[in-house]
Amino acid sequence: MSTTVNPPSSGGSGSEPDMELPPVAVDPEVLEEEHRRWTPAKIALWVAIALLGGVAWVMLAIVRGETVNAIWFVMAAVCSYLIAYRFYSKFIENKLVKPDDTRATPAEYKANGRDYLATDRRVLYGHHFAAIAGAGPLVGPVLAAQMGYLPGTIWIIVGVILAGAVQDYLVLFFSMRRGGRSLGQMARDELGPIGGWAAIIATLTIMIIIVAILALVVVNALGESPWGVFSVGMTIPIAIFMGLYLRYIRPGKVMEISVIGFALLMLAIVAGGWVAETSWGAELFTLDRTTLAWFVILYGFIAAVLPVWLLLSPRDYLSTFMKVGVIVLLALAIVVVRPEITVPAVSEFAGRSDGPVFSGSLFPFLFVTIACGALSGFHALIASGTTPKMVEKERQTRMIGYGGMLMESFVAIMALVAAISIDRGIYFAMNSSAAVTGGTVEGAVAWVNSLGLTGVHVTPELLQGTADAVGEETVVSRTGGAPTLAVGLAHIMQQWFGGASMMSFWYHFAIMFEALFILTAVDAGTRVARFMLQDSLGNAFPRFADTNWRLGTWLTTAIMVAGWGSILILGVTDPLGGINTFFPLFGIANQLLAAIALSVCLAIAASRGSFKYLWIIIVPLAFDLVVTVVGSYQKIFSSEPAVGYWANHFTFRDALAAGETSHGTAQSVEAMEAVVRNTAVQGTLSIVFVVLALVVAVTAILRTIQCFRQRTPEVHEDPFVDSRFFAPAGFLPTAAEKDLEKQWAKLPLEVRTPGAAQGHHGHGH
Amino acid sequence: MTTLRAAAAAVGRNLGGARRWFSGVMGADKYERYLEYHAAHGDPGETPMTEREFWRDWQDYQQNNPQGRCC
Repeated sequence: MSTTVNPPSSGGSGSEPDMELPPVAVDPEVLEEEHRRWTPAKIALWVAIALLGGVAWVMLAIVRGETVNAIWFVMAAVCSYLIAYRFYSKFIENKLVKPDDTRATPAEYKANGRDYLATDRRVLYGHHFAAIAGAGPLVGPVLAAQMGYLPGTIWIIVGVILAGAVQDYLVLFFSMRRGGRSLGQMARDELGPIGGWAAIIATLTIMIIIVAILALVVVNALGESPWGVFSVGMTIPIAIFMGLYLRYIRPGKVMEISVIGFALLMLAIVAGGWVAETSWGAELFTLDRTTLAWFVILYGFIAAVLPVWLLLSPRDYLSTFMKVGVIVLLALAIVVVRPEITVPAVSEFAGRSDGPVFSGSLFPFLFVTIACGALSGFHALIASGTTPKMVEKERQTRMIGYGGMLMESFVAIMALVAAISIDRGIYFAMNSSAAVTGGTVEGAVAWVNSLGLTGVHVTPELLQGTADAVGEETVVSRTGGAPTLAVGLAHIMQQWFGGASMMSFWYHFAIMFEALFILTAVDAGTRVARFMLQDSLGNAFPRFADTNWRLGTWLTTAIMVAGWGSILILGVTDPLGGINTFFPLFGIANQLLAAIALSVCLAIAASRGSFKYLWIIIVPLAFDLVVTVVGSYQKIFSSEPAVGYWANHFTFRDALAAGETSHGTAQSVEAMEAVVRNTAVQGTLSIVFVVLALVVAVTAILRTIQCFRQRTPEVHEDPFVDSRFFAPAGFLPTAAEKDLEKQWAKLPLEVRTPGAAQGHHGHGH
Repeated sequence: MTTLRAAAAAVGRNLGGARRWFSGVMGADKYERYLEYHAAHGDPGETPMTEREFWRDWQDYQQNNPQGRCC
């Protein structure tokens, strides 16, 4: 059992010739005393944080004057995060996780100088954050802004505290206790073959849909935009140049080439403006969405079969570079500019299910539209991958897992602020599908003004003026969230830097980094999915398990690309709009993955015997299951065609059978047939996802009950190994931690470098 | 003057710290860390990989152990 009491390992075990080591962990009693000691200064600080946070929430939720300043969003979020981190995550640590710093982490007992490599906690925090954050938290909140700012803000902040950060923290810790095992392997270990297989198949299909929808976002952002196509297209030669440089010219000079790559990237953005103004440039790079979708599919295949050093890893460096930079920049800009928000707290669409941006009522669809930023199942795949192999000490998982997710939530809040800082009329013109606006300025003006939204009146001049300012032909029906965020970001940034003349640069800068994140996620996702498929097929046909078998690699890559590619094409050609019907599927898939991850955590926590505090997992799991099951149920069974996939399917089938040649927004028989086909795919996927997730949840609950009856269930952790190394747990070391750090700093570097020294180490049991 | 110099030194230290942090986040310091590891725990008779060998080895590892990137 994990609760084995172990002696402090100073001095080492056995009789090996070993110098006396200082303690490897702060005495738990000292730790507890430090934590509980409330000095007046500390009390004043936390009272101030609580008051400031409280005032900010009151400003957002209750006062609601004509406008509300964006700074209150930042205050409400940051104060809530601080309180949750200090109190709730600490509670989870004490009651449920129970880390033990005398126990070596995989980075220590499996150290190999490569992937198992103990990494400074602050560095690992940045590293983990860069791996979990991408385009997701930037897109979901933008779409959710249709219902006003308050529902989204509450869900992003409360959701992350009680659900998202809890999931990330627990998965990271449990995977670390298992030597860095993946979520799928943990599911197999804990839930047995049925639950395990359901989890693996669900992960694979969910990954396909997530890659497809991300690709759809990027295609929508680049369609009919020569500037965007040129500058994003240039990232490919830039990345290849970086890859060759790192492989052959100066291996390992990552920072140097990243700075060069970043400079080239900026040049590509500026040059995109020049190219788009020439007649040949406009002709060559103005591509319709279907053509672009095919390019992305082709790109996805080639990128996934090329060696990683040539394209994927150099672009990953660029993406990380941009990610950290952009987020710092955006946070500073919001604090400096402090935009006034005129969007209502709760909009007209909050009580309806026919919003043009995404369909469905607030409950449950708001909670699936904002997935990343509040609760994202995808993170469980990252938290059970690279990060657990790099953690120095067990207690650091709170800062990295829980704290890392809080930062992603903050990114989501900033994206929401950027989206709601633009005029609401422009927002709806950009995010309503071409099926209703006709894709023209006049059509969009007529449509938005017909919505009857208070205070909203768009004019053709306003829409065209916005398009001109950001250097695009049009902003009408640029769905998918990315262009809206880009307009919002450009709007905020130009008030700080460069003024109106810089707006087009900032717009394309934002499109560029979103495309960069997404394309990296697309080829990394394809690669991971391909390996999973090779692994699964390898059970039946051993040849497939050999990842060096070229034909097998090409075949499995083609299957995966065909999987997401076909959904991408359906999305691009969807007569009902694309994003508004497909995005809920993305959110549901991501949240079902979270249900699977939380289920696995539930079974593991039960096997450790922490029954009294299982509610920490049960609360978010139950909420998530209700949201996703109700969401899936409505998508499958709702009789309202705007919501239910099958209702729409049969409506259009009947219309076709009756010989109609147009129905709703589908203007031709082909379009009607496309609706029939798309809704069948969407409906089938909804059923598959929810069934698989429920299988996992049920097996996890059965396992929990079994653990409760047995009382001494089996724990699948790696055996206990004494740690021979010390590092503090939080961002700032406490007094006791500083003292230990000093003692350790006196030792030679070889002695305090974590790793499994040969010859010694008494293995626990 | 001394306070000015001390302040400049502090800024320099912080900038250096920020640069090191960023290079760690990017994974640029992997080779240095490998050398540290090798000095402490590697086989004493074995010479560590050269920088070029190390990065080749790392790229091969990445090739066979793909890591997802989040949405």
